[in-house]
Amino acid sequence: MSKFSKKRSGTSPSISTASLPDIIFILLFFFMVVTVMRTAELKVRVFTPYVTELTKLEEKSLVNYLYIGRPIQKFQALYGTKPRLQLGDKFAELNEIPLFLEKHRVKVPESKRPRITSSLRVDGDVTMGIVQDTKTQLRKSGQLKVNYSAKKKVDSERF
Amino acid sequence: MAKASKARDLMKNEINASSMADIAFLLLIFFLVTTTVAEDKGITVKLPPWSEEEAEELKLKSRNVYSVLVNAQNQLLVRNQPMDINDLRDNAKEFIMNPSGRPDLAEKPTRAIISLKNDRGTNYRTYLEVYNELKGAYNELWNELCQRKYGKDYSDELPFAVRKSIQDEIPLVLSEAEPTSFGEEK
Repeated sequence: MSKFSKKRSGTSPSISTASLPDIIFILLFFFMVVTVMRTAELKVRVFTPYVTELTKLEEKSLVNYLYIGRPIQKFQALYGTKPRLQLGDKFAELNEIPLFLEKHRVKVPESKRPRITSSLRVDGDVTMGIVQDTKTQLRKSGQLKVNYSAKKKVDSERF
Repeated sequence: MAKASKARDLMKNEINASSMADIAFLLLIFFLVTTTVAEDKGITVKLPPWSEEEAEELKLKSRNVYSVLVNAQNQLLVRNQPMDINDLRDNAKEFIMNPSGRPDLAEKPTRAIISLKNDRGTNYRTYLEVYNELKGAYNELWNELCQRKYGKDYSDELPFAVRKSIQDEIPLVLSEAEPTSFGEEK
Protein backbone atom coordinates (compact mmCIF):
# COMPACT_ATOMS: atom_id res chain seq x y z
CA MET A 1 0.00 0.00 0.00
CA SER A 2 2.70 2.39 0.93
CA LYS A 3 4.33 1.71 -2.38
CA PHE A 4 1.34 3.02 -4.31
CA SER A 5 0.91 6.22 -2.40
CA LYS A 6 4.57 7.03 -2.72
CA LYS A 7 4.50 6.65 -6.45
CA ARG A 8 1.42 8.86 -6.84
CA SER A 9 2.84 11.70 -4.81
CA GLY A 10 6.02 11.61 -6.80
CA THR A 11 4.43 12.58 -10.14
CA SER A 12 3.13 16.08 -10.63
CA PRO A 13 -0.62 15.89 -11.32
CA SER A 14 -1.44 18.00 -14.34
CA ILE A 15 -4.17 17.39 -16.87
CA SER A 16 -3.01 17.54 -20.41
CA THR A 17 -4.69 20.40 -22.23
CA ALA A 18 -3.42 19.31 -25.61
CA SER A 19 -6.87 18.16 -26.74
CA LEU A 20 -8.62 21.31 -25.56
CA PRO A 21 -8.28 23.11 -28.89
CA ASP A 22 -9.81 20.12 -30.63
CA ILE A 23 -12.79 20.13 -28.32
CA ILE A 24 -13.29 23.83 -28.82
CA PHE A 25 -12.96 23.42 -32.58
CA ILE A 26 -15.70 20.81 -32.61
CA LEU A 27 -17.97 23.21 -30.75
CA LEU A 28 -16.94 25.96 -33.13
CA PHE A 29 -17.77 23.92 -36.21
CA PHE A 30 -21.11 23.00 -34.75
CA PHE A 31 -22.06 26.63 -34.27
CA MET A 32 -20.65 27.61 -37.66
CA VAL A 33 -22.91 25.07 -39.31
CA VAL A 34 -26.12 25.97 -37.49
CA THR A 35 -25.55 29.70 -37.69
CA VAL A 36 -27.70 31.83 -39.88
CA MET A 37 -26.51 35.39 -40.00
CA ARG A 38 -29.29 37.67 -39.03
CA THR A 39 -30.22 39.29 -42.29
CA ALA A 40 -32.79 41.79 -41.22
CA GLU A 41 -33.65 43.50 -38.01
CA LEU A 42 -37.25 42.84 -37.22
CA LYS A 43 -39.39 45.93 -36.97
CA VAL A 44 -42.59 44.02 -36.56
CA ARG A 45 -43.53 41.53 -33.90
CA VAL A 46 -43.57 38.08 -35.47
CA PHE A 47 -44.62 35.15 -33.39
CA THR A 48 -45.43 32.34 -35.78
CA PRO A 49 -48.09 29.76 -34.95
CA TYR A 50 -47.46 26.18 -33.90
CA VAL A 51 -48.45 23.48 -36.37
CA THR A 52 -47.66 19.82 -36.97
CA GLU A 53 -47.25 19.38 -40.73
CA LEU A 54 -43.96 21.10 -41.40
CA THR A 55 -41.72 21.05 -44.40
CA LYS A 56 -38.19 22.30 -44.28
CA LEU A 57 -36.88 25.01 -46.55
CA GLU A 58 -33.96 23.64 -48.47
CA GLU A 59 -31.59 26.26 -49.83
CA LYS A 60 -31.32 29.50 -47.92
CA SER A 61 -30.22 31.49 -50.95
CA LEU A 62 -33.44 30.61 -52.74
CA VAL A 63 -35.67 32.00 -50.03
CA ASN A 64 -36.94 35.52 -49.61
CA TYR A 65 -38.62 36.60 -46.46
CA LEU A 66 -41.73 38.68 -46.01
CA TYR A 67 -42.62 39.68 -42.48
CA ILE A 68 -46.11 40.66 -41.42
CA GLY A 69 -47.00 41.76 -37.94
CA ARG A 70 -47.67 44.71 -35.69
CA PRO A 71 -44.85 47.23 -35.39
CA ILE A 72 -42.80 46.75 -32.25
CA GLN A 73 -43.10 49.24 -29.43
CA LYS A 74 -40.30 51.47 -30.73
CA PHE A 75 -42.10 52.18 -33.99
CA GLN A 76 -45.63 52.34 -32.70
CA ALA A 77 -45.58 56.12 -32.27
CA LEU A 78 -44.71 56.52 -35.92
CA TYR A 79 -46.54 53.65 -37.57
CA GLY A 80 -49.37 52.79 -35.19
CA THR A 81 -50.35 49.29 -34.21
CA LYS A 82 -52.01 48.14 -37.41
CA PRO A 83 -50.33 45.06 -38.93
CA ARG A 84 -47.75 45.99 -41.51
CA LEU A 85 -45.51 44.37 -44.02
CA GLN A 86 -41.74 44.41 -43.69
CA LEU A 87 -39.50 43.68 -46.65
CA GLY A 88 -35.78 43.43 -46.05
CA ASP A 89 -35.14 45.70 -43.11
CA LYS A 90 -37.76 48.36 -43.64
CA PHE A 91 -41.51 48.79 -43.62
CA ALA A 92 -43.05 48.49 -47.05
CA GLU A 93 -46.31 48.86 -48.87
CA LEU A 94 -47.91 45.99 -50.71
CA ASN A 95 -47.08 47.43 -54.12
CA GLU A 96 -43.36 47.19 -53.35
CA ILE A 97 -43.50 43.40 -53.34
CA PRO A 98 -42.88 42.86 -57.11
CA LEU A 99 -39.71 44.96 -57.01
CA PHE A 100 -38.53 43.19 -53.88
CA LEU A 101 -39.03 39.80 -55.51
CA GLU A 102 -37.28 40.92 -58.67
CA LYS A 103 -34.29 42.21 -56.72
CA HIS A 104 -33.93 38.80 -55.10
CA ARG A 105 -34.55 36.95 -58.35
CA VAL A 106 -31.67 38.56 -60.26
CA LYS A 107 -29.22 37.37 -57.62
CA VAL A 108 -30.21 33.74 -58.15
CA PRO A 109 -28.74 31.69 -61.01
CA GLU A 110 -31.22 31.27 -63.80
CA SER A 111 -31.46 27.50 -63.50
CA LYS A 112 -32.52 27.75 -59.89
CA ARG A 113 -35.13 30.47 -60.31
CA PRO A 114 -38.15 28.18 -60.51
CA ARG A 115 -37.29 26.91 -57.05
CA ILE A 116 -37.42 30.32 -55.34
CA THR A 117 -39.67 30.21 -52.31
CA SER A 118 -41.25 33.09 -50.46
CA SER A 119 -41.28 32.57 -46.75
CA LEU A 120 -44.20 34.35 -45.15
CA ARG A 121 -43.36 35.05 -41.55
CA VAL A 122 -46.66 36.14 -40.20
CA ASP A 123 -47.59 36.86 -36.62
CA GLY A 124 -50.30 34.54 -35.36
CA ASP A 125 -52.44 37.39 -34.13
CA VAL A 126 -52.91 39.38 -37.34
CA THR A 127 -56.06 39.02 -39.38
CA MET A 128 -56.16 37.43 -42.81
CA GLY A 129 -56.84 40.69 -44.67
CA ILE A 130 -53.24 41.79 -45.05
CA VAL A 131 -52.07 38.20 -45.57
CA GLN A 132 -54.61 37.80 -48.34
CA ASP A 133 -53.48 41.01 -50.03
CA THR A 134 -49.89 39.84 -49.84
CA LYS A 135 -50.82 36.50 -51.36
CA THR A 136 -52.64 38.26 -54.17
CA GLN A 137 -49.55 40.38 -54.87
CA LEU A 138 -47.37 37.27 -54.88
CA ARG A 139 -49.70 35.57 -57.32
CA LYS A 140 -49.70 38.62 -59.57
CA SER A 141 -45.90 38.61 -59.57
CA GLY A 142 -45.83 34.93 -60.47
CA GLN A 143 -44.27 33.90 -57.18
CA LEU A 144 -46.40 30.87 -56.42
CA LYS A 145 -44.20 28.84 -54.13
CA VAL A 146 -44.96 30.04 -50.65
CA ASN A 147 -44.06 28.75 -47.24
CA TYR A 148 -46.06 29.81 -44.21
CA SER A 149 -43.40 29.92 -41.55
CA ALA A 150 -44.39 28.05 -38.42
CA LYS A 151 -42.98 26.24 -35.45
CA LYS A 152 -43.27 22.60 -34.55
CA LYS A 153 -46.13 21.76 -32.27
CA VAL A 154 -45.65 18.80 -30.00
CA ASP A 155 -48.97 17.07 -30.05
CA SER A 156 -49.35 14.85 -27.02
CA GLU A 157 -52.77 13.54 -27.95
CA ARG A 158 -52.00 12.24 -31.36
CA PHE A 159 -48.71 10.53 -30.71
CA MET B 1 27.73 32.47 -38.63
CA ALA B 2 28.24 28.79 -38.25
CA LYS B 3 27.49 29.07 -34.61
CA ALA B 4 24.17 30.76 -35.22
CA SER B 5 22.97 28.18 -37.71
CA LYS B 6 23.98 25.47 -35.36
CA ALA B 7 21.94 27.04 -32.64
CA ARG B 8 18.94 27.12 -34.94
CA ASP B 9 19.35 23.44 -35.66
CA LEU B 10 19.38 22.65 -32.03
CA MET B 11 16.16 24.56 -31.37
CA LYS B 12 13.11 22.43 -31.32
CA ASN B 13 11.05 23.45 -34.35
CA GLU B 14 7.68 23.34 -32.72
CA ILE B 15 4.94 25.93 -32.80
CA ASN B 16 3.55 26.78 -29.45
CA ALA B 17 -0.06 25.66 -29.68
CA SER B 18 -1.18 26.80 -26.28
CA SER B 19 -2.85 29.88 -27.69
CA MET B 20 -4.81 27.81 -30.19
CA ALA B 21 -7.51 27.21 -27.63
CA ASP B 22 -7.86 30.93 -27.04
CA ILE B 23 -8.19 31.65 -30.72
CA ALA B 24 -10.78 28.93 -31.11
CA PHE B 25 -12.61 30.31 -28.07
CA LEU B 26 -12.79 33.77 -29.61
CA LEU B 27 -14.26 32.36 -32.81
CA LEU B 28 -16.64 30.22 -30.81
CA ILE B 29 -17.90 33.17 -28.82
CA PHE B 30 -18.37 35.18 -32.00
CA PHE B 31 -20.56 32.47 -33.51
CA LEU B 32 -22.42 31.97 -30.25
CA VAL B 33 -23.38 35.62 -30.25
CA THR B 34 -24.40 35.86 -33.89
CA THR B 35 -26.31 32.57 -33.95
CA THR B 36 -30.02 32.53 -34.36
CA VAL B 37 -31.14 28.96 -34.60
CA ALA B 38 -32.86 28.65 -37.92
CA GLU B 39 -36.60 28.17 -37.80
CA ASP B 40 -36.86 27.74 -41.52
CA LYS B 41 -39.79 25.43 -41.41
CA GLY B 42 -43.36 25.88 -42.33
CA ILE B 43 -46.28 24.80 -44.41
CA THR B 44 -45.39 24.95 -48.08
CA VAL B 45 -48.23 25.75 -50.41
CA LYS B 46 -48.52 26.34 -54.11
CA LEU B 47 -50.64 29.37 -54.93
CA PRO B 48 -52.79 29.30 -58.04
CA PRO B 49 -51.58 31.55 -60.88
CA TRP B 50 -53.26 34.93 -61.12
CA SER B 51 -55.63 35.52 -63.96
CA GLU B 52 -57.67 38.60 -64.66
CA GLU B 53 -60.50 36.65 -66.19
CA GLU B 54 -63.36 35.43 -64.14
CA ALA B 55 -62.88 31.81 -63.26
CA GLU B 56 -65.40 29.68 -65.09
CA GLU B 57 -67.95 28.03 -62.93
CA LEU B 58 -67.33 24.39 -62.42
CA LYS B 59 -70.23 22.13 -61.85
CA LEU B 60 -69.29 19.78 -59.06
CA LYS B 61 -71.37 17.26 -57.30
CA SER B 62 -71.90 18.55 -53.83
CA ARG B 63 -70.98 15.16 -52.36
CA ASN B 64 -67.44 15.63 -53.67
CA VAL B 65 -66.92 19.06 -52.17
CA TYR B 66 -65.72 19.46 -48.62
CA SER B 67 -66.34 23.08 -47.85
CA VAL B 68 -64.62 24.63 -44.88
CA LEU B 69 -65.52 28.12 -43.80
CA VAL B 70 -63.68 30.04 -41.14
CA ASN B 71 -65.42 33.20 -40.07
CA ALA B 72 -64.16 36.35 -38.42
CA GLN B 73 -64.95 34.90 -35.01
CA ASN B 74 -62.63 31.99 -35.84
CA GLN B 75 -65.50 29.53 -35.90
CA LEU B 76 -65.58 26.64 -38.30
CA LEU B 77 -68.40 25.66 -40.58
CA VAL B 78 -67.72 22.38 -42.33
CA ARG B 79 -70.31 21.27 -44.90
CA ASN B 80 -72.82 23.57 -43.24
CA GLN B 81 -72.21 22.07 -39.83
CA PRO B 82 -70.35 23.84 -37.06
CA MET B 83 -67.30 21.85 -36.07
CA ASP B 84 -64.51 21.87 -33.56
CA ILE B 85 -61.04 22.10 -35.06
CA ASN B 86 -59.95 18.96 -33.22
CA ASP B 87 -62.46 16.89 -35.17
CA LEU B 88 -61.53 18.35 -38.53
CA ARG B 89 -58.70 16.01 -39.41
CA ASP B 90 -60.56 12.76 -38.80
CA ASN B 91 -63.68 14.10 -40.43
CA ALA B 92 -61.74 15.16 -43.53
CA LYS B 93 -60.06 11.77 -43.71
CA GLU B 94 -63.40 10.04 -43.58
CA PHE B 95 -64.74 12.33 -46.28
CA ILE B 96 -61.84 11.70 -48.65
CA MET B 97 -61.66 7.93 -48.31
CA ASN B 98 -65.34 7.27 -47.65
CA PRO B 99 -64.61 3.81 -46.26
CA SER B 100 -68.22 2.85 -45.67
CA GLY B 101 -69.41 4.07 -49.07
CA ARG B 102 -71.81 6.64 -47.75
CA PRO B 103 -73.74 8.51 -50.44
CA ASP B 104 -73.00 11.95 -48.98
CA LEU B 105 -69.21 11.63 -48.93
CA ALA B 106 -66.71 11.71 -51.80
CA GLU B 107 -67.21 9.21 -54.63
CA LYS B 108 -63.54 8.36 -54.58
CA PRO B 109 -60.39 10.09 -53.34
CA THR B 110 -59.52 11.43 -56.79
CA ARG B 111 -62.80 13.27 -57.00
CA ALA B 112 -62.61 14.86 -53.57
CA ILE B 113 -62.12 18.60 -53.49
CA ILE B 114 -61.51 20.68 -50.40
CA SER B 115 -62.74 24.20 -50.53
CA LEU B 116 -61.41 26.60 -47.94
CA LYS B 117 -62.84 30.02 -47.42
CA ASN B 118 -62.14 32.58 -44.76
CA ASP B 119 -63.06 36.13 -43.82
CA ARG B 120 -60.59 38.97 -43.97
CA GLY B 121 -61.08 39.21 -40.25
CA THR B 122 -60.12 35.61 -39.59
CA ASN B 123 -57.19 35.20 -37.29
CA TYR B 124 -54.10 34.04 -39.14
CA ARG B 125 -53.32 31.49 -36.47
CA THR B 126 -56.73 29.86 -36.85
CA TYR B 127 -56.41 29.88 -40.62
CA LEU B 128 -53.05 28.17 -40.48
CA GLU B 129 -54.26 25.62 -37.96
CA VAL B 130 -57.19 24.74 -40.20
CA TYR B 131 -54.87 24.51 -43.18
CA ASN B 132 -52.56 22.35 -41.09
CA GLU B 133 -55.36 19.95 -40.18
CA LEU B 134 -56.41 19.56 -43.81
CA LYS B 135 -52.84 19.01 -44.93
CA GLY B 136 -52.38 16.64 -42.01
CA ALA B 137 -55.39 14.61 -43.10
CA TYR B 138 -53.80 14.11 -46.48
CA ASN B 139 -50.40 13.38 -44.99
CA GLU B 140 -51.89 10.66 -42.81
CA LEU B 141 -53.71 9.13 -45.75
CA TRP B 142 -50.54 9.20 -47.83
CA ASN B 143 -48.68 7.55 -45.00
CA GLU B 144 -51.25 4.78 -44.72
CA LEU B 145 -51.26 4.17 -48.46
CA CYS B 146 -47.49 4.25 -48.63
CA GLN B 147 -47.25 1.79 -45.77
CA ARG B 148 -49.61 -0.57 -47.57
CA LYS B 149 -47.87 -0.33 -50.93
CA TYR B 150 -44.23 0.09 -50.03
CA GLY B 151 -44.04 -0.62 -46.34
CA LYS B 152 -42.70 2.76 -45.32
CA ASP B 153 -43.86 6.22 -44.42
CA TYR B 154 -44.51 8.84 -47.02
CA SER B 155 -41.82 11.51 -47.12
CA ASP B 156 -40.20 13.92 -49.54
CA GLU B 157 -37.10 11.75 -49.66
CA LEU B 158 -38.90 8.99 -51.51
CA PRO B 159 -38.24 8.68 -55.26
CA PHE B 160 -40.35 10.89 -57.45
CA ALA B 161 -42.15 7.96 -59.09
CA VAL B 162 -43.23 6.61 -55.72
CA ARG B 163 -44.52 9.98 -54.59
CA LYS B 164 -46.30 10.41 -57.91
CA SER B 165 -48.07 7.07 -57.61
CA ILE B 166 -49.26 8.00 -54.13
CA GLN B 167 -50.35 11.47 -55.17
CA ASP B 168 -52.21 10.10 -58.18
CA GLU B 169 -54.26 7.88 -56.00
CA ILE B 170 -55.09 10.53 -53.40
CA PRO B 171 -54.48 13.94 -54.96
CA LEU B 172 -54.55 16.97 -52.74
CA VAL B 173 -56.96 19.43 -54.29
CA LEU B 174 -57.42 22.41 -52.06
CA SER B 175 -59.15 25.38 -53.54
CA GLU B 176 -59.15 28.66 -51.71
CA ALA B 177 -61.95 31.06 -52.41
CA GLU B 178 -61.53 34.81 -52.36
CA PRO B 179 -62.25 35.79 -48.77
CA THR B 180 -65.27 37.77 -47.79
CA SER B 181 -64.38 41.21 -46.49
CA PHE B 182 -65.87 40.81 -43.09
CA GLY B 183 -64.39 41.76 -39.78
CA GLU B 184 -61.39 43.48 -41.36
CA GLU B 185 -59.25 45.27 -38.86
CA LYS B 186 -59.40 49.03 -39.16
